[in-house]
Amino acid sequence: MNIIYTDSLVIGGGLAGLRVAIAAKQRGYESIILSLMPAKRSHSAAAQGGMQASLGACIKGDGDDEDVHFADTVKGSDWGCDQDVARMFVNTSPKAIRQLSAWGVPWSRVRGGDRDVIINGEKVTITEKHDAHGLITARDFGGTKKWRTCYTSDGTGHTMLYAMDNKAIELNIPVHERKEAIALIHDDGVCHGAVVRDLITGELSAYIAKATTIATGGYGRLYSVSTNAIICEGIGAAIALETGVATLGNMEAVQFHPTAIVPVGILTTEGCRGDGGLLLDKDGYRFMPDYEPDKKELASRDVVSRRMTEHMRKGKGVPSRYGDHLWLDITLLGRQHIEKNLREVKEICEYFLGIDPVKEYIPVRPTQHYSMGGVRTQATGESPTLQGLFSCGEAACWDMHGFNRLGGNSVAETVVAGMIVGEYVADHCAKKSLNVSTTVIEHFMNRETDKIGALLTREYGENPFQLKAEMQKIMMDKVGIFRNGPDLEAAVEELKLLNQRAKKVALRNKISSSNPELVEAIRVPKMIKLAQCVAYGAMLRTESRGAHAREDYPERNDRDWLKRTLTTWKDDDADLPEISYEDLDIMKMEMPPGSRGYGVDNTVHHPDTEKRVAQIEEIKKANPTADRHEMQELLNPLEIPEKFKGRNERIGRGYN
Amino acid sequence: MSDEGRILRFQIFRYNPQKKGDKPRMVTYEVTEAPGMTIFIALNDIRENQDPSLQFDFICRAGICGSCGMVINGAPDLACRTLTSKFEDGEITLLPLPGFELIGDLSVNTGKFMRGMSERVESWIHDPDADKVNYNELEERMDPDIMEEVYELERCVECGCCISACATKRMRPDFLSAVGFMRLARFHLDPRDKRTDEEFYEILGDDDGVFGCMTLLGCEDYCPKDLPHQTQIAFLRRKMALVK
Ligand SMILES: Cc1cc2nc3c(=O)[nH]c(=O)nc-3n(C[C@H](O)[C@H](O)[C@H](O)COP(=O)(O)OP(=O)(O)OC[C@H]3O[C@@H](n4cnc5c(N)ncnc54)[C@H](O)[C@@H]3O)c2cc1C
Ligand code: SF4
Ligand code: SF4
Ligand code: FES
Repeated sequence: MNIIYTDSLVIGGGLAGLRVAIAAKQRGYESIILSLMPAKRSHSAAAQGGMQASLGACIKGDGDDEDVHFADTVKGSDWGCDQDVARMFVNTSPKAIRQLSAWGVPWSRVRGGDRDVIINGEKVTITEKHDAHGLITARDFGGTKKWRTCYTSDGTGHTMLYAMDNKAIELNIPVHERKEAIALIHDDGVCHGAVVRDLITGELSAYIAKATTIATGGYGRLYSVSTNAIICEGIGAAIALETGVATLGNMEAVQFHPTAIVPVGILTTEGCRGDGGLLLDKDGYRFMPDYEPDKKELASRDVVSRRMTEHMRKGKGVPSRYGDHLWLDITLLGRQHIEKNLREVKEICEYFLGIDPVKEYIPVRPTQHYSMGGVRTQATGESPTLQGLFSCGEAACWDMHGFNRLGGNSVAETVVAGMIVGEYVADHCAKKSLNVSTTVIEHFMNRETDKIGALLTREYGENPFQLKAEMQKIMMDKVGIFRNGPDLEAAVEELKLLNQRAKKVALRNKISSSNPELVEAIRVPKMIKLAQCVAYGAMLRTESRGAHAREDYPERNDRDWLKRTLTTWKDDDADLPEISYEDLDIMKMEMPPGSRGYGVDNTVHHPDTEKRVAQIEEIKKANPTADRHEMQELLNPLEIPEKFKGRNERIGRGYN
Repeated sequence: MSDEGRILRFQIFRYNPQKKGDKPRMVTYEVTEAPGMTIFIALNDIRENQDPSLQFDFICRAGICGSCGMVINGAPDLACRTLTSKFEDGEITLLPLPGFELIGDLSVNTGKFMRGMSERVESWIHDPDADKVNYNELEERMDPDIMEEVYELERCVECGCCISACATKRMRPDFLSAVGFMRLARFHLDPRDKRTDEEFYEILGDDDGVFGCMTLLGCEDYCPKDLPHQTQIAFLRRKMALVK
């Protein structure tokens, strides 16, 4: 039996995983990173748009700070997020971006003086402050009050990932590439590591660690059309689910991005609209102002995606052989801007659509994009039910996004959570010793060996590629942007059947080493289970919140549904997961539920909301001299590692 | 579209070194072309419907991650963003990128090479103070133009196409190659990296470095991200020639 020991095992070499490993290593703990492929190819590289951090250096970000970022994030989440976590996040994000700057990310910088920008379809000249020249600049993104999304032209994720992986290489952190974690090793409520398959030789090894972190990214590929990389299959979340002990949070919270190209679903960044691009219908008419007069194209993502779908349902979509779509018009930004700041978009249009976006409109449609749900963790990143298991990044439900995440808040989450969770991982390594019996390791190794053996010997059975395609179609058709009871019930039933069939997969290519069909056969049953968590959670949640939009329950219902969905799968033979709920306590909220300011507000309020609003008024009255930092401590005291407690400096404003 | 539904003929290199007794060979597959079909779509079609053992690497399928470099009708390129309609006669020959360890069929181990390259050129900011930086304070100011130029050089996706196209690399296995030169040029330009020209010379200044380069520029011709190899290699040569 091949066993590898380390202090901190990190499953996933994207931004989140790399940052956790760096934190542990800098504190003196050995870390090993596992990745399906070279870390620099992780999906984080695809983030074009930017990272939110309230630096407030560019003129349109003037007046920005943690509080404004916090309010945007909580509103964006439709009050579904954990406000303690959102607070930790907004306070730490400026530190994270500045650290990345020191580590080499070539963030785009403020250029003092006049420049022309497009705002609301018009050319406007804005004047950047000369004393901000050379500081990190920012662009506009949906759902934010200020221009807060910092960027590197349109290669933000790429440059962040390269800097982060380079840092890991500098620290000599090993990345074991082409390795797939296929099961967690645990007993007695403690996680000890993972069973890992080598994707080249097919060998299984046990990686044993004091702390195991799942940073495997999202589960977008449960859907047939997604902006996600094809490896975003949710396997990390699935192996946590399969422990029967760890819980998943808010799996039904799935975001659709307004502007992926038709038909292949490759993303054109929100930066297109942030920089002034418009959405047009088949008549060339700009329709968003009719629906959202205030934020227009830059309303929150979930809102824009729904408005686009509504508009297409009114017959205003552009018909094509791949179904209806709308137009994204960036021609008004001009060649120079597009070739510099939106070049990846231009390349994508040229290579995949054969069009020049400087002159032509881009065909777009809302498409699956982001997984708010994932491995449920506490604010420390540790699973509340499985000790020693941590998670962060898109794989986690740390829960700063609730039911809808803002553009730019995700790569920000990966690096901020990576910093914070990494400290807690290091604390955990300091406290614990490696303590696991070989019998336990053997048990899990044998179980996985037997499963693979069964796959390789079964003569006849189901085709894993086909099962996956069927699952993806069910999710697309019945668990999409707009959801309703009958469709969701049908999806839940159909997925149950698929789950049964997935137990009888047989292979045509019966070799145990490098074998793409075997990889698929190992993953597909796990993916179907995750799909069931999403569909079942969506069926039970009889309200609309953020990206979860029920046509039969259009109102946000705080009275009955201000809670987080928790999913476990205790009995492997069961044909459905178990779902329970965790209340969000309004009486502890820094920002009690209110209206997001889109469309009509039909919220069913919770009785505590009024109480908490009154209580906050009292606290404010009782502390008339408290500044914003003191007020935050009173309303939402933070537990965060000491090193992240400092205040953030801003140009023209100091540390206030 | 007139060519819709035509039959494409793929000639694909097949060899699985993991399988005892397997031998390198070319195998022909036929695929019915669909509108907007890329080599990514076609290869998956072959794997799902004809031969589930076929190995290849795609991740982003959007020309972003650099995993899908292969030799397409003689030219190294990113397969995911290559439309099949580009090939008028419908004949497409696919070979794995030369110069890298073969994993199987069209899959090669670029990752191992690139990690080695990053270690060799020390692909990170060299500044003893980088980890002491107080991140509560304003970040160090940077010239906006220089940051843009750094980004231009950082657009490399480590796909390996430049290496496959390099004759020097074929003759000198330890040749640092274009990807390494571009990485060094990136750090040389970055004011945050405090390395001196002498220190760069240590890495670059021999025949496995920039003096071994024959400037035939296969690298620039095939770089899918259009990195400015020619100007940067010439620049590094001039710089390094001044050191000694
Ligand atoms: C096209 C696109 C554009 C985006 N643009 C933006 C943007 O502009 N701003 C923003 O904030 N967010 C953006 N996002 C979202 C953001 O990029 C992601 O949420 C974020 O990068 C996820 O990072 P991560 O580290 O959590 O996971 P990933 O980067 O997805 O990394 C996952 C890692 O886990 C590994 N892995 C997975 N499963 C296993 C396993 N079983 N065993 C071993 N290893 C495994 C993979 O190899 C990989 O290394 C975008 C997303 C997409 C799809
Ligand atoms: S110029 Fe020629 S020899 Fe030099 S790196 Fe490029 S391909 Fe190789
Ligand atoms: S320099 Fe160009 S061809 Fe070479 S690895 Fe980078 S992107 Fe690929
Ligand atoms: S699959 Fe990412 S570049 Fe081709």
